[in-house]
Amino acid sequence: MKVEQIAVFLENKSGRLAEITATLAAEHINIRALSVADTADFGILRLIVDNVEKAKAALKSNGFTVGITNVVAVEVADKTGGLAGVLKTIEEEQLNVEYMYAFVNKTGENAVLIFRFDAMDKAIEALQRTGYTLLSGKEICAL
Amino acid sequence: MTLYWEEEMETLPRVGLESIQLKRLQKLVTRVYETVAPYREKMDASGVKPADIQSLADLAKLPFTVKDDLRDNYPFGLFTVPMDRVVRVHASSGTTGKPTVVGYTKKDIKTWAGLMARALTCAGATSQDMVHNAYGYGLFTGGLGAHYGIERLGATVIPVSGGNTKRQITIMKDFKSTVLMATPSYALNLAETMVGLGVDPQSLALRVGIFGAEPWSENMRDEVERKLNIKAVDIYGLSEIMGPGVAMQCLEGEKGMHVFEDHFLPEIIDPETGEVLPPGEKGELVFTTLTKEAFPLIRYRTKDISRLMYDDCACGRTLVRMEKVTGRTDDMLIIRGVNVFPSQIEHVLMGTEGVEPHYQIVVNREGNMDTMAVEVEVSEDIFSDEVKNLENLSKRIQADIKDMLGVTCKVKLVEHKTIQRSEGKAQRVIDNRKL
Repeated sequence: MKVEQIAVFLENKSGRLAEITATLAAEHINIRALSVADTADFGILRLIVDNVEKAKAALKSNGFTVGITNVVAVEVADKTGGLAGVLKTIEEEQLNVEYMYAFVNKTGENAVLIFRFDAMDKAIEALQRTGYTLLSGKEICAL
Repeated sequence: MTLYWEEEMETLPRVGLESIQLKRLQKLVTRVYETVAPYREKMDASGVKPADIQSLADLAKLPFTVKDDLRDNYPFGLFTVPMDRVVRVHASSGTTGKPTVVGYTKKDIKTWAGLMARALTCAGATSQDMVHNAYGYGLFTGGLGAHYGIERLGATVIPVSGGNTKRQITIMKDFKSTVLMATPSYALNLAETMVGLGVDPQSLALRVGIFGAEPWSENMRDEVERKLNIKAVDIYGLSEIMGPGVAMQCLEGEKGMHVFEDHFLPEIIDPETGEVLPPGEKGELVFTTLTKEAFPLIRYRTKDISRLMYDDCACGRTLVRMEKVTGRTDDMLIIRGVNVFPSQIEHVLMGTEGVEPHYQIVVNREGNMDTMAVEVEVSEDIFSDEVKNLENLSKRIQADIKDMLGVTCKVKLVEHKTIQRSEGKAQRVIDNRKL
Protein backbone atom coordinates (compact mmCIF):
# COMPACT_ATOMS: atom_id res chain seq x y z
CA MET A 1 0.00 0.00 0.00
CA LYS A 2 1.55 3.24 -1.20
CA VAL A 3 0.78 6.86 -0.52
CA GLU A 4 1.24 9.61 -3.08
CA GLN A 5 3.59 12.37 -2.00
CA ILE A 6 4.16 15.70 -3.70
CA ALA A 7 7.72 16.94 -4.07
CA VAL A 8 8.57 20.51 -5.02
CA PHE A 9 11.91 21.91 -6.15
CA LEU A 10 12.97 24.99 -4.20
CA GLU A 11 15.86 27.32 -4.73
CA ASN A 12 17.33 28.66 -1.53
CA LYS A 13 15.63 32.03 -1.75
CA SER A 14 13.62 33.73 0.92
CA GLY A 15 9.87 33.50 0.66
CA ARG A 16 9.61 30.40 -1.53
CA LEU A 17 8.20 28.15 1.18
CA ALA A 18 5.71 30.84 2.13
CA GLU A 19 4.56 31.06 -1.50
CA ILE A 20 3.93 27.34 -1.63
CA THR A 21 1.91 27.26 1.56
CA ALA A 22 -0.07 30.32 0.46
CA THR A 23 -0.82 28.67 -2.88
CA LEU A 24 -2.10 25.55 -1.15
CA ALA A 25 -4.11 27.55 1.38
CA ALA A 26 -5.83 29.49 -1.40
CA GLU A 27 -6.98 26.17 -2.87
CA HIS A 28 -8.12 24.91 0.55
CA ILE A 29 -5.61 22.08 0.49
CA ASN A 30 -4.61 20.72 3.85
CA ILE A 31 -1.03 19.64 4.53
CA ARG A 32 -0.88 16.49 6.68
CA ALA A 33 2.89 16.10 6.86
CA LEU A 34 5.97 17.67 5.35
CA SER A 35 9.71 17.58 5.30
CA VAL A 36 12.40 19.67 3.64
CA ALA A 37 15.67 18.22 2.38
CA ASP A 38 18.18 20.97 1.90
CA THR A 39 21.58 21.41 0.31
CA ALA A 40 23.68 24.57 -0.04
CA ASP A 41 21.86 25.63 -3.21
CA PHE A 42 18.47 24.06 -3.29
CA GLY A 43 15.89 22.21 -1.29
CA ILE A 44 13.25 19.61 -1.93
CA LEU A 45 9.97 20.03 -0.14
CA ARG A 46 7.96 16.85 0.34
CA LEU A 47 4.32 17.02 1.26
CA ILE A 48 1.48 14.70 2.10
CA VAL A 49 -1.76 16.55 1.31
CA ASP A 50 -5.43 15.76 1.24
CA ASN A 51 -5.82 16.38 -2.52
CA VAL A 52 -2.76 15.43 -4.52
CA GLU A 53 -4.04 16.25 -8.02
CA LYS A 54 -5.42 19.63 -7.02
CA ALA A 55 -2.23 20.50 -5.16
CA LYS A 56 -0.08 19.52 -8.12
CA ALA A 57 -2.14 21.58 -10.55
CA ALA A 58 -2.14 24.63 -8.27
CA LEU A 59 1.62 24.51 -7.71
CA LYS A 60 2.37 23.92 -11.38
CA SER A 61 0.26 26.82 -12.49
CA ASN A 62 2.21 28.98 -10.05
CA GLY A 63 5.42 28.01 -11.78
CA PHE A 64 6.76 25.38 -9.42
CA THR A 65 8.43 22.20 -10.59
CA VAL A 66 6.43 19.40 -9.05
CA GLY A 67 6.81 15.65 -8.96
CA ILE A 68 4.69 12.88 -7.48
CA THR A 69 6.35 9.90 -5.83
CA ASN A 70 5.08 6.96 -3.86
CA VAL A 71 5.98 6.56 -0.21
CA VAL A 72 4.94 4.17 2.53
CA ALA A 73 3.12 5.31 5.67
CA VAL A 74 3.58 3.03 8.69
CA GLU A 75 1.48 3.51 11.79
CA VAL A 76 3.17 2.61 15.04
CA ALA A 77 2.33 3.17 18.68
CA ASP A 78 3.90 6.41 19.91
CA LYS A 79 6.19 4.83 22.45
CA THR A 80 9.85 3.97 22.91
CA GLY A 81 11.21 1.61 20.26
CA GLY A 82 8.43 2.22 17.74
CA LEU A 83 10.74 3.41 14.95
CA ALA A 84 13.52 1.03 15.95
CA GLY A 85 11.23 -1.94 15.34
CA VAL A 86 10.37 -0.84 11.83
CA LEU A 87 14.01 -0.18 10.97
CA LYS A 88 15.00 -3.59 12.28
CA THR A 89 12.62 -5.25 9.83
CA ILE A 90 14.05 -3.15 6.99
CA GLU A 91 17.62 -3.97 7.96
CA GLU A 92 16.90 -7.69 8.10
CA GLU A 93 15.65 -7.50 4.51
CA GLN A 94 18.82 -5.59 3.56
CA LEU A 95 16.81 -2.65 2.28
CA ASN A 96 17.78 1.02 2.42
CA VAL A 97 15.85 4.08 3.55
CA GLU A 98 16.25 6.92 1.01
CA TYR A 99 14.56 9.34 3.38
CA MET A 100 11.92 9.44 6.07
CA TYR A 101 9.89 11.79 8.24
CA ALA A 102 7.21 11.38 10.84
CA PHE A 103 4.24 12.98 12.57
CA VAL A 104 2.02 12.12 15.49
CA ASN A 105 -1.70 11.78 14.90
CA LYS A 106 -4.27 13.97 16.60
CA THR A 107 -5.07 11.66 19.48
CA GLY A 108 -1.37 11.42 20.27
CA GLU A 109 -1.52 7.65 20.61
CA ASN A 110 0.08 6.69 17.35
CA ALA A 111 2.91 8.02 15.22
CA VAL A 112 2.91 7.85 11.42
CA LEU A 113 6.26 7.19 9.77
CA ILE A 114 6.63 8.17 6.10
CA PHE A 115 9.32 6.23 4.23
CA ARG A 116 10.89 6.14 0.82
CA PHE A 117 12.84 2.90 0.33
CA ASP A 118 15.21 1.91 -2.43
CA ALA A 119 12.99 -1.12 -3.14
CA MET A 120 9.46 -0.10 -2.29
CA ASP A 121 7.55 -3.30 -3.05
CA LYS A 122 9.95 -5.50 -1.10
CA ALA A 123 9.74 -3.16 1.86
CA ILE A 124 5.93 -3.14 1.81
CA GLU A 125 5.85 -6.90 1.64
CA ALA A 126 8.29 -7.23 4.57
CA LEU A 127 6.43 -4.72 6.73
CA GLN A 128 3.08 -6.34 6.11
CA ARG A 129 4.51 -9.77 6.81
CA THR A 130 5.87 -8.50 10.13
CA GLY A 131 2.42 -7.25 11.02
CA TYR A 132 2.80 -3.49 10.66
CA THR A 133 -0.18 -1.35 9.76
CA LEU A 134 0.29 0.56 6.52
CA LEU A 135 -1.97 3.50 5.87
CA SER A 136 -3.49 4.67 2.57
CA GLY A 137 -3.56 8.31 1.56
CA LYS A 138 -7.23 8.46 2.51
CA GLU A 139 -6.57 7.03 5.94
CA ILE A 140 -3.81 9.56 6.62
CA CYS A 141 -6.14 12.40 5.77
CA ALA A 142 -8.84 10.97 7.99
CA LEU A 143 -6.55 10.80 11.02
CA MET B 1 15.46 18.72 -57.33
CA THR B 2 17.29 21.74 -56.05
CA LEU B 3 15.57 25.06 -56.47
CA TYR B 4 17.69 28.09 -57.22
CA TRP B 5 16.81 31.75 -57.20
CA GLU B 6 19.66 32.85 -59.49
CA GLU B 7 20.98 29.60 -60.82
CA GLU B 8 23.79 31.09 -62.90
CA MET B 9 25.40 33.02 -60.05
CA GLU B 10 24.83 30.26 -57.51
CA THR B 11 26.48 27.57 -59.63
CA LEU B 12 29.30 29.48 -61.35
CA PRO B 13 32.58 27.59 -61.68
CA ARG B 14 35.14 29.08 -59.30
CA VAL B 15 37.29 30.64 -62.06
CA GLY B 16 34.33 32.57 -63.39
CA LEU B 17 33.26 33.59 -59.91
CA GLU B 18 36.72 34.84 -59.00
CA SER B 19 36.98 36.93 -62.13
CA ILE B 20 33.68 38.63 -61.24
CA GLN B 21 34.86 39.12 -57.67
CA LEU B 22 38.15 40.72 -58.77
CA LYS B 23 36.45 43.16 -61.13
CA ARG B 24 33.98 44.17 -58.44
CA LEU B 25 36.72 44.47 -55.83
CA GLN B 26 38.88 46.72 -58.00
CA LYS B 27 35.94 48.99 -58.75
CA LEU B 28 35.01 49.15 -55.07
CA VAL B 29 38.51 49.95 -53.81
CA THR B 30 38.90 52.72 -56.35
CA ARG B 31 35.53 54.18 -55.41
CA VAL B 32 36.04 54.21 -51.64
CA TYR B 33 39.59 55.56 -52.02
CA GLU B 34 38.26 58.44 -54.06
CA THR B 35 35.16 59.23 -52.04
CA VAL B 36 35.76 58.39 -48.37
CA ALA B 37 38.51 60.24 -46.52
CA PRO B 38 38.89 57.77 -43.62
CA TYR B 39 39.47 54.88 -46.09
CA ARG B 40 41.95 56.96 -48.11
CA GLU B 41 43.87 57.93 -44.98
CA LYS B 42 44.08 54.32 -43.80
CA MET B 43 45.21 53.05 -47.20
CA ASP B 44 47.79 55.81 -47.52
CA ALA B 45 49.10 54.99 -44.06
CA SER B 46 49.59 51.36 -45.10
CA GLY B 47 51.14 52.43 -48.41
CA VAL B 48 48.60 50.76 -50.66
CA LYS B 49 46.89 52.27 -53.70
CA PRO B 50 43.80 51.00 -55.59
CA ALA B 51 46.07 50.08 -58.53
CA ASP B 52 47.91 47.59 -56.28
CA ILE B 53 44.89 45.28 -56.31
CA GLN B 54 45.78 43.01 -59.23
CA SER B 55 44.49 39.70 -57.89
CA LEU B 56 42.16 38.51 -55.14
CA ALA B 57 45.23 37.66 -53.05
CA ASP B 58 46.12 41.37 -53.05
CA LEU B 59 43.10 41.90 -50.81
CA ALA B 60 45.39 41.04 -47.89
CA LYS B 61 47.34 44.27 -48.57
CA LEU B 62 44.34 46.37 -47.58
CA PRO B 63 43.86 47.49 -43.99
CA PHE B 64 41.05 46.01 -41.90
CA THR B 65 37.93 47.89 -40.94
CA VAL B 66 36.73 47.36 -37.37
CA LYS B 67 33.67 48.32 -35.37
CA ASP B 68 35.54 51.29 -33.85
CA ASP B 69 36.02 52.76 -37.32
CA LEU B 70 32.25 52.76 -37.64
CA ARG B 71 31.83 54.39 -34.23
CA ASP B 72 34.51 56.99 -34.94
CA ASN B 73 32.64 58.04 -38.05
CA TYR B 74 29.20 57.98 -36.39
CA PRO B 75 26.65 58.32 -37.81
CA PHE B 76 27.17 58.63 -41.57
CA GLY B 77 30.92 59.26 -42.00
CA LEU B 78 31.66 56.09 -43.96
CA PHE B 79 28.78 56.40 -46.42
CA THR B 80 30.06 56.70 -49.98
CA VAL B 81 27.03 58.36 -51.56
CA PRO B 82 25.29 61.68 -50.80
CA MET B 83 22.46 61.36 -48.29
CA ASP B 84 19.82 62.08 -50.92
CA ARG B 85 20.62 58.70 -52.44
CA VAL B 86 20.27 56.90 -49.10
CA VAL B 87 16.73 55.55 -48.81
CA ARG B 88 17.05 53.66 -45.52
CA VAL B 89 19.22 53.39 -42.43
CA HIS B 90 19.47 50.65 -39.84
CA ALA B 91 21.46 50.66 -36.61
CA SER B 92 22.90 48.04 -34.30
CA SER B 93 21.77 47.89 -30.69
CA GLY B 94 24.93 49.56 -29.41
CA THR B 95 25.00 47.87 -26.02
CA THR B 96 28.63 48.87 -25.68
CA GLY B 97 28.72 52.53 -26.67
CA LYS B 98 27.25 54.36 -29.65
CA PRO B 99 25.19 52.36 -32.11
CA THR B 100 26.67 51.67 -35.51
CA VAL B 101 24.63 53.04 -38.37
CA VAL B 102 24.37 51.54 -41.82
CA GLY B 103 22.73 52.96 -44.96
CA TYR B 104 21.22 51.64 -48.18
CA THR B 105 20.51 53.10 -51.60
CA LYS B 106 17.49 52.03 -53.61
CA LYS B 107 19.69 49.56 -55.45
CA ASP B 108 21.12 48.20 -52.17
CA ILE B 109 17.61 47.46 -50.91
CA LYS B 110 16.86 45.69 -54.18
CA THR B 111 20.07 43.63 -53.98
CA TRP B 112 19.33 42.73 -50.36
CA ALA B 113 15.77 41.62 -51.15
CA GLY B 114 17.14 39.47 -53.97
CA LEU B 115 19.71 37.85 -51.70
CA MET B 116 17.10 37.18 -49.02
CA ALA B 117 14.88 35.59 -51.69
CA ARG B 118 17.90 33.49 -52.65
CA ALA B 119 18.34 32.49 -48.99
CA LEU B 120 14.67 31.57 -48.61
CA THR B 121 14.86 29.47 -51.78
CA CYS B 122 17.90 27.70 -50.30
CA ALA B 123 15.65 26.65 -47.41
CA GLY B 124 13.06 25.30 -49.84
CA ALA B 125 10.63 28.21 -49.55
CA THR B 126 8.56 29.19 -52.59
CA SER B 127 5.84 31.69 -53.48
CA GLN B 128 3.37 29.17 -52.00
CA ASP B 129 4.67 29.70 -48.48
CA MET B 130 3.24 31.61 -45.52
CA VAL B 131 6.29 33.06 -43.78
CA HIS B 132 6.03 33.91 -40.09
CA ASN B 133 8.64 36.62 -39.67
CA ALA B 134 9.39 36.89 -35.94
CA TYR B 135 12.61 38.86 -36.32
CA GLY B 136 12.26 42.26 -34.70
CA TYR B 137 11.12 45.07 -36.98
CA GLY B 138 12.80 48.42 -36.56
CA LEU B 139 16.38 49.59 -36.49
CA PHE B 140 17.50 45.94 -36.31
CA THR B 141 18.09 44.59 -39.83
CA GLY B 142 16.45 41.22 -39.14
CA GLY B 143 12.76 42.06 -39.48
CA LEU B 144 12.73 44.36 -42.51
CA GLY B 145 15.58 42.52 -44.21
CA ALA B 146 13.67 39.26 -44.16
CA HIS B 147 10.42 41.04 -44.96
CA TYR B 148 11.55 42.46 -48.31
CA GLY B 149 13.05 39.12 -49.30
CA ILE B 150 9.85 37.23 -48.55
CA GLU B 151 7.86 39.70 -50.67
CA ARG B 152 10.45 39.48 -53.42
CA LEU B 153 10.10 35.69 -53.40
CA GLY B 154 6.37 36.15 -53.78
CA ALA B 155 5.54 34.29 -50.60
CA THR B 156 3.12 35.75 -48.05
CA VAL B 157 4.82 37.58 -45.21
CA ILE B 158 3.31 37.76 -41.73
CA PRO B 159 5.17 40.74 -40.23
CA VAL B 160 4.62 39.56 -36.67
CA SER B 161 7.97 40.86 -35.31
CA GLY B 162 9.23 39.84 -31.84
CA GLY B 163 7.29 39.54 -28.57
CA ASN B 164 3.65 38.86 -27.64
CA THR B 165 4.41 35.16 -27.84
CA LYS B 166 0.91 33.84 -27.14
CA ARG B 167 -0.57 35.87 -29.95
CA GLN B 168 2.18 34.62 -32.26
CA ILE B 169 1.07 31.07 -31.63
CA THR B 170 -2.56 31.88 -32.36
CA ILE B 171 -1.49 33.51 -35.62
CA MET B 172 0.74 30.57 -36.48
CA LYS B 173 -2.18 28.23 -35.97
CA ASP B 174 -4.89 30.29 -37.67
CA PHE B 175 -2.83 31.58 -40.63
CA LYS B 176 -1.13 28.20 -41.11
CA SER B 177 2.43 29.56 -41.15
CA THR B 178 4.74 27.19 -43.01
CA VAL B 179 8.09 28.90 -42.54
CA LEU B 180 9.31 30.44 -39.28
CA MET B 181 12.02 33.07 -39.17
CA ALA B 182 13.33 33.93 -35.71
CA THR B 183 16.33 33.78 -33.43
CA PRO B 184 16.84 30.19 -32.24
CA SER B 185 16.34 31.18 -28.62
CA TYR B 186 13.02 32.79 -29.47
CA ALA B 187 11.99 29.66 -31.39
CA LEU B 188 12.48 27.70 -28.15
CA ASN B 189 10.47 30.28 -26.25
CA LEU B 190 7.67 29.75 -28.79
CA ALA B 191 7.91 25.96 -28.39
CA GLU B 192 7.72 26.21 -24.62
CA THR B 193 4.78 28.61 -24.74
CA MET B 194 2.95 26.19 -27.07
CA VAL B 195 3.30 23.44 -24.50
CA GLY B 196 1.92 25.80 -21.85
CA LEU B 197 -1.07 26.62 -24.05
CA GLY B 198 -1.66 22.99 -24.93
CA VAL B 199 -0.90 23.55 -28.62
CA ASP B 200 0.66 20.51 -30.26
CA PRO B 201 3.45 21.57 -32.66
CA GLN B 202 2.53 18.53 -34.79
CA SER B 203 -0.84 20.16 -35.48
CA LEU B 204 0.80 23.23 -37.04
CA ALA B 205 1.63 23.67 -40.72
CA LEU B 206 5.24 24.68 -39.93
CA ARG B 207 7.76 22.90 -42.11
CA VAL B 208 11.02 24.74 -41.84
CA GLY B 209 12.62 27.33 -39.58
CA ILE B 210 15.25 29.83 -40.69
CA PHE B 211 17.22 30.80 -37.63
CA GLY B 212 20.03 33.26 -37.12
CA ALA B 213 21.29 36.43 -35.42
CA GLU B 214 22.92 34.62 -32.50
CA PRO B 215 25.38 31.73 -32.12
CA TRP B 216 23.76 28.36 -31.40
CA SER B 217 25.04 24.82 -31.09
CA GLU B 218 24.23 21.70 -33.14
CA ASN B 219 22.55 20.15 -30.11
CA MET B 220 20.34 23.23 -29.84
CA ARG B 221 19.42 22.72 -33.49
CA ASP B 222 18.33 19.14 -32.69
CA GLU B 223 16.29 20.45 -29.79
CA VAL B 224 14.51 23.06 -31.92
CA GLU B 225 13.81 20.50 -34.65
CA ARG B 226 12.42 18.03 -32.16
CA LYS B 227 10.33 20.49 -30.18
CA LEU B 228 8.79 22.27 -33.16
CA ASN B 229 8.75 19.25 -35.48
CA ILE B 230 10.48 21.17 -38.28
CA LYS B 231 13.73 21.27 -40.19
CA ALA B 232 15.93 24.03 -38.74
CA VAL B 233 18.38 25.80 -41.03
CA ASP B 234 20.91 28.48 -40.37
CA ILE B 235 21.04 31.96 -41.88
CA TYR B 236 23.94 34.31 -41.42
CA GLY B 237 24.27 38.03 -41.68
CA LEU B 238 25.25 41.15 -39.82
CA SER B 239 23.98 44.66 -40.21
CA GLU B 240 27.40 46.11 -41.07
CA ILE B 241 27.69 43.85 -44.10
CA MET B 242 24.01 44.05 -45.08
CA GLY B 243 21.82 42.19 -42.62
CA PRO B 244 20.49 38.65 -42.89
CA GLY B 245 21.19 36.99 -46.23
CA VAL B 246 24.99 37.10 -46.34
CA ALA B 247 25.17 33.29 -46.14
CA MET B 248 22.57 30.56 -45.99
CA GLN B 249 22.40 26.86 -45.29
CA CYS B 250 20.85 24.75 -48.03
CA LEU B 251 18.51 21.82 -47.43
CA GLU B 252 20.67 19.32 -49.28
CA GLY B 253 24.09 20.02 -47.78
CA GLU B 254 24.89 18.55 -44.42
CA LYS B 255 26.43 21.45 -42.58
CA GLY B 256 27.51 25.00 -43.24
CA MET B 257 26.06 27.99 -45.07
CA HIS B 258 26.73 29.08 -48.64
CA VAL B 259 28.29 32.53 -48.64
CA PHE B 260 26.81 34.68 -51.36
CA GLU B 261 30.29 35.28 -52.71
CA ASP B 262 29.27 37.22 -55.77
CA HIS B 263 28.35 39.99 -53.30
CA PHE B 264 30.48 39.31 -50.23
CA LEU B 265 34.10 38.23 -50.27
CA PRO B 266 34.98 36.17 -47.20
CA GLU B 267 38.38 35.63 -45.55
CA ILE B 268 39.41 33.80 -42.40
CA ILE B 269 42.13 35.43 -40.34
CA ASP B 270 44.02 34.71 -37.17
CA PRO B 271 42.32 37.11 -34.74
CA GLU B 272 45.60 37.69 -32.87
CA THR B 273 47.97 38.41 -35.78
CA GLY B 274 45.56 39.41 -38.56
CA GLU B 275 47.23 36.91 -40.93
CA VAL B 276 45.00 35.28 -43.55
CA LEU B 277 44.66 31.57 -42.72
CA PRO B 278 44.74 28.74 -45.30
CA PRO B 279 41.40 27.35 -46.54
CA GLY B 280 39.68 25.12 -44.02
CA GLU B 281 41.27 26.62 -40.93
CA LYS B 282 39.20 28.10 -38.17
CA GLY B 283 39.52 31.79 -37.33
CA GLU B 284 37.80 35.15 -37.45
CA LEU B 285 35.54 35.80 -40.38
CA VAL B 286 36.28 38.93 -42.43
CA PHE B 287 34.03 40.29 -45.18
CA THR B 288 34.44 42.74 -48.02
CA THR B 289 31.20 43.87 -49.66
CA LEU B 290 31.49 43.79 -53.45
CA THR B 291 28.29 45.41 -54.63
CA LYS B 292 27.00 47.67 -51.89
CA GLU B 293 26.61 51.34 -52.85
CA ALA B 294 25.79 53.41 -49.77
CA PHE B 295 27.88 51.66 -47.18
CA PRO B 296 30.51 49.32 -48.55
CA LEU B 297 33.03 47.82 -46.19
CA ILE B 298 36.53 46.62 -46.90
CA ARG B 299 37.87 43.73 -44.85
CA TYR B 300 35.42 44.16 -42.03
CA ARG B 301 36.28 42.07 -38.99
CA THR B 302 33.05 40.39 -37.89
CA LYS B 303 34.45 38.87 -34.65
CA ASP B 304 32.53 35.71 -35.61
CA ILE B 305 34.49 32.49 -35.53
CA SER B 306 34.08 30.11 -38.43
CA ARG B 307 35.94 28.37 -41.24
CA LEU B 308 35.44 28.13 -44.99
CA MET B 309 34.75 24.83 -46.73
CA TYR B 310 35.44 24.63 -50.47
CA ASP B 311 34.37 21.02 -51.07
CA ASP B 312 31.39 20.26 -53.33
CA CYS B 313 27.89 20.52 -51.95
CA ALA B 314 25.06 18.15 -52.76
CA CYS B 315 22.83 21.07 -53.75
CA GLY B 316 25.05 21.94 -56.69
CA ARG B 317 25.83 25.46 -55.50
CA THR B 318 29.50 26.30 -56.02
CA LEU B 319 29.45 29.07 -53.42
CA VAL B 320 31.85 28.36 -50.55
CA ARG B 321 30.28 27.24 -47.29
CA MET B 322 31.07 28.79 -43.94
CA GLU B 323 30.80 26.65 -40.85
CA LYS B 324 28.04 27.45 -38.37
CA VAL B 325 29.20 30.30 -36.15
CA THR B 326 29.50 28.88 -32.67
CA GLY B 327 31.23 31.77 -31.01
CA ARG B 328 32.51 35.31 -31.28
CA THR B 329 35.94 36.59 -30.42
CA ASP B 330 34.18 38.97 -28.04
CA ASP B 331 31.82 36.52 -26.34
CA MET B 332 34.74 34.29 -25.62
CA LEU B 333 35.23 34.17 -21.90
CA ILE B 334 38.67 33.66 -20.50
CA ILE B 335 38.25 31.66 -17.31
CA ARG B 336 41.49 31.11 -15.42
CA GLY B 337 43.35 31.37 -18.73
CA VAL B 338 41.12 28.98 -20.66
CA ASN B 339 39.06 30.13 -23.62
CA VAL B 340 35.41 29.31 -23.11
CA PHE B 341 32.58 29.89 -25.58
CA PRO B 342 29.00 29.85 -24.28
CA SER B 343 28.06 27.60 -27.20
CA GLN B 344 30.42 24.89 -25.91
CA ILE B 345 28.61 24.87 -22.60
CA GLU B 346 25.30 24.86 -24.45
CA HIS B 347 26.49 21.80 -26.37
CA VAL B 348 27.13 19.92 -23.12
CA LEU B 349 23.80 20.94 -21.61
CA MET B 350 21.77 20.06 -24.69
CA GLY B 351 23.52 16.70 -24.75
CA THR B 352 22.30 15.95 -21.24
CA GLU B 353 18.98 14.18 -21.23
CA GLY B 354 16.07 16.18 -19.89
CA VAL B 355 17.95 19.46 -19.54
CA GLU B 356 16.02 22.41 -20.92
CA PRO B 357 17.66 24.79 -23.38
CA HIS B 358 17.53 27.66 -20.92
CA TYR B 359 20.77 28.41 -19.17
CA GLN B 360 22.94 31.24 -18.03
CA ILE B 361 26.63 31.50 -17.31
CA VAL B 362 27.61 33.67 -14.38
CA VAL B 363 31.24 34.66 -14.04
CA ASN B 364 32.68 36.20 -10.90
CA ARG B 365 36.08 37.00 -9.51
CA GLU B 366 36.66 35.85 -5.96
CA GLY B 367 39.99 37.15 -4.74
CA ASN B 368 42.24 36.50 -7.72
CA MET B 369 40.26 33.52 -8.94
CA ASP B 370 37.70 33.50 -11.71
CA THR B 371 34.68 31.41 -10.94
CA MET B 372 32.11 30.24 -13.41
CA ALA B 373 28.66 29.06 -12.46
CA VAL B 374 26.31 27.51 -14.98
CA GLU B 375 22.68 27.93 -14.01
CA VAL B 376 20.43 25.16 -15.24
CA GLU B 377 16.68 25.04 -14.82
CA VAL B 378 15.11 22.04 -13.13
CA SER B 379 12.30 20.83 -15.36
CA GLU B 380 9.87 18.06 -14.45
CA ASP B 381 11.93 15.69 -16.57
CA ILE B 382 15.00 15.97 -14.39
CA PHE B 383 13.40 16.75 -11.05
CA SER B 384 13.59 14.08 -8.39
CA ASP B 385 12.41 13.97 -4.80
CA GLU B 386 15.80 12.58 -3.83
CA VAL B 387 18.68 14.96 -3.22
CA LYS B 388 21.28 12.52 -4.47
CA ASN B 389 19.70 12.29 -7.93
CA LEU B 390 19.80 16.05 -8.40
CA GLU B 391 23.31 16.25 -7.02
CA ASN B 392 24.42 13.49 -9.39
CA LEU B 393 22.95 15.41 -12.30
CA SER B 394 24.85 18.58 -11.48
CA LYS B 395 28.03 16.57 -10.90
CA ARG B 396 27.65 14.89 -14.27
CA ILE B 397 27.19 18.21 -16.10
CA GLN B 398 30.14 19.61 -14.20
CA ALA B 399 32.31 16.64 -15.23
CA ASP B 400 31.23 16.90 -18.87
CA ILE B 401 32.08 20.60 -18.97
CA LYS B 402 35.42 19.87 -17.35
CA ASP B 403 36.08 17.18 -19.97
CA MET B 404 35.19 19.47 -22.81
CA LEU B 405 36.81 22.69 -21.67
CA GLY B 406 39.27 21.73 -18.98
CA VAL B 407 37.65 24.22 -16.64
CA THR B 408 35.95 23.45 -13.36
CA CYS B 409 32.67 25.21 -12.95
CA LYS B 410 29.84 25.10 -10.52
CA VAL B 411 26.49 23.88 -11.74
CA LYS B 412 23.64 25.57 -9.99
CA LEU B 413 20.15 24.13 -10.30
CA VAL B 414 17.52 26.84 -10.39
CA GLU B 415 13.74 26.82 -10.49
CA HIS B 416 11.86 26.39 -13.74
CA LYS B 417 11.28 29.56 -15.77
CA THR B 418 13.49 31.72 -13.61
CA ILE B 419 16.02 32.32 -16.38
CA GLN B 420 14.77 35.12 -18.57
CA ARG B 421 13.23 33.97 -21.84
CA SER B 422 14.51 35.42 -25.07
CA GLU B 423 12.38 37.69 -27.22
CA GLY B 424 15.26 38.19 -29.62
CA LYS B 425 18.84 37.62 -28.73
CA ALA B 426 19.31 35.55 -25.59
CA GLN B 427 21.60 36.83 -22.87
CA ARG B 428 23.73 33.84 -21.98
CA VAL B 429 26.53 35.38 -19.97
CA ILE B 430 26.59 37.58 -16.91
CA ASP B 431 30.17 38.61 -16.31
CA ASN B 432 30.51 40.31 -12.94
CA ARG B 433 34.28 40.61 -13.10
CA LYS B 434 35.57 44.16 -13.08
CA LEU B 435 38.51 43.70 -15.40
